[in-house]
Amino acid sequence: VSAVAGAHPRTGRDLRLWVRLATATLAWVVLYRLNGPFWNWLLFDVIGLDPAGRVGETIRFFVFDTTKILLLLTAIIFVVTILRSFMSVERTQALLGGRREGVANLAAAGLGVATPFCSCSAVPAFIGFVSAGVPIGVTLSFLISSPLVNEVALVLLYGMFGWQIALLYLMAGLVIATLAGFVLGRMHAERWIEPFVFEMPAGAATGPGLRLTWSMRIEMGRDEVVKIVRKVLPFLLIGIGVGAIIHGWVPESFFARYAGPGNPFAVPLAVLLGIPLYSNAAGVLPMIEALYAKGLGMGTLLAFMMAVVALSLPEMILLRRVLKPRLIAAFVGVVAVGILLVGYLFNAVL
Amino acid sequence: MTTQIRVLGPGCARCQKLYENTTEAIAELGLDAHVEKVDDIGEIVRRGILATPALVVDEELVLAGHVASIPTLREVLSGRS
Repeated sequence: VSAVAGAHPRTGRDLRLWVRLATATLAWVVLYRLNGPFWNWLLFDVIGLDPAGRVGETIRFFVFDTTKILLLLTAIIFVVTILRSFMSVERTQALLGGRREGVANLAAAGLGVATPFCSCSAVPAFIGFVSAGVPIGVTLSFLISSPLVNEVALVLLYGMFGWQIALLYLMAGLVIATLAGFVLGRMHAERWIEPFVFEMPAGAATGPGLRLTWSMRIEMGRDEVVKIVRKVLPFLLIGIGVGAIIHGWVPESFFARYAGPGNPFAVPLAVLLGIPLYSNAAGVLPMIEALYAKGLGMGTLLAFMMAVVALSLPEMILLRRVLKPRLIAAFVGVVAVGILLVGYLFNAVL
Repeated sequence: MTTQIRVLGPGCARCQKLYENTTEAIAELGLDAHVEKVDDIGEIVRRGILATPALVVDEELVLAGHVASIPTLREVLSGRS
């Protein structure tokens, strides 16, 4: 790709782009390193707040977390968008076409994470997959993992709880998507698909598609960062605000007493609460961090977050155009059971 | 000859954005083009498009699945007519 850019008169523009990218990377590293020391100095040395007092602790939690999460979001969305620009739904379809269920469900779940996919593409992608001979169960594995393993959620989990929890979330999401698609395929889900899907003549795309250059990929990364940060910022500020208040004011054992890992109803309740809620991972996670510190089980909290991000009403309404209500219900049911099991498992092992 | 440009998508915010960017790029280039929005799922599927928003120029699929910026669209469209 870079050879193409070199032979092109846009070399000057490309060079400027790379220089700006390097500068931005450097600035990012400096800001990330300074985040903790800077706020400690400003709040406790300059303003003179008490580091152990409630007000000081709450304000520090709010500003430190907001800065840290924004920095992490910026970096990861940028990198993920550039990596994803090498994948496409067409490539995924070609990889999955004609496969039999089983391993293909796992492959579909993995591709669901890697493929750039917006839920507004759910309907054309569904029809395209089915008409290319991708089994229904495999298609559903793809459609489940795509929202379930959310890159924003992954970043935030990493930033707040470390890579182990982020990895557990990723694995859990892949397992749920693989098994849920497999189970739905075994239930002969074809019965519950609107008949027009099978009659629709799907054509092959006419044209080579756009060759992406590196400058386009960098541009896409930058645009995606701006778009997502702008979208999640209000959720994030409210989430961190509520989190900061919980952090500073709710007594240590308050939640542990009512909804700790020992309470068997905590996980189902969390999933039931999460399904109708349609928020952003960025809005849910800061609250989760604070609730975890107050004794809620990690399994309960992950189950809640997964229910919020994976089962969304707008996507169900879109999918209703191709799936009969029975299948939508089965889809929600199977995914909810999967999340439930993950919740119990994590509460037991962590 | 007038260039036929179609922006395909089921009517989501991203599709609207691509439509706006496309019209803007055409205006900046002063291109003789007709831009049309297509939200019929049947037609999107018939064209073999899996990811929306997609851009079709003179019956050829140019991009699918992402919202291109105005400068990128300007480059893509000017190379074509």
